[in-house]
Amino acid sequence: MARIAGIDLPKNKRGEIGLTYIFGIGRSTAQQILTVSGIDLSKKVQEWNDDELTKIRTYINDNIKVEGGLRSEVQLNIKRLMDIGCYRGVRHRVGLPVRGQRTKNNCRTRKGKRKTVANKKKVTK
Amino acid sequence: MSRSLKKGPFIDFKLEKKVNTMNDSKKKTVIKTWSRRSMIAPEFVGHTLAVHNGNKFIPVYVTENMVGHKLGEFAPTRSFRGHSGGKDKGSK
Repeated sequence: MARIAGIDLPKNKRGEIGLTYIFGIGRSTAQQILTVSGIDLSKKVQEWNDDELTKIRTYINDNIKVEGGLRSEVQLNIKRLMDIGCYRGVRHRVGLPVRGQRTKNNCRTRKGKRKTVANKKKVTK
Repeated sequence: MSRSLKKGPFIDFKLEKKVNTMNDSKKKTVIKTWSRRSMIAPEFVGHTLAVHNGNKFIPVYVTENMVGHKLGEFAPTRSFRGHSGGKDKGSK
């Protein structure tokens, strides 16, 4: 079992894919890590020996921000925007899209589940 | 897309001049400005600028964290107060 940065990597996936289970590592970073440590990209995670594992671990420790550290950094960035009261911060505060998308419809990811407002009753004359 | 680094930050010339003269004379007055497109430079920190939002001037006190943002980001142009008939349904 390979454990890197507090995450159990899946055993029988290729190293290139397995590393992407860590928050902050995508395909290209995974490829970069493996090439720097001199490991074949298509080698399965369970086939790594201890030597290779430590190589990967030290490389990630020294060069890449992952998991908790990265998450808190992102949160801090958002908090900074909210504290200075700029437009982007305000959008984060009210939970609407930040980058100028339309809000007439869609953008359900930011707004959450639909809140239906009951129809106003029509006055019949 | 972000602005090319080669050009440097954009600050309206007149606004920059006003702030610089204020820095030299150590005075602190509120500067009215329509230049929402100007980047906030480190020299602006500690001043209050009244940024136009199309209707009136919004006083913006510039802090260190704001450097690198544009002035317009701090003077919202729209005011959304909520939809009609949302909350006052129970009153009638």
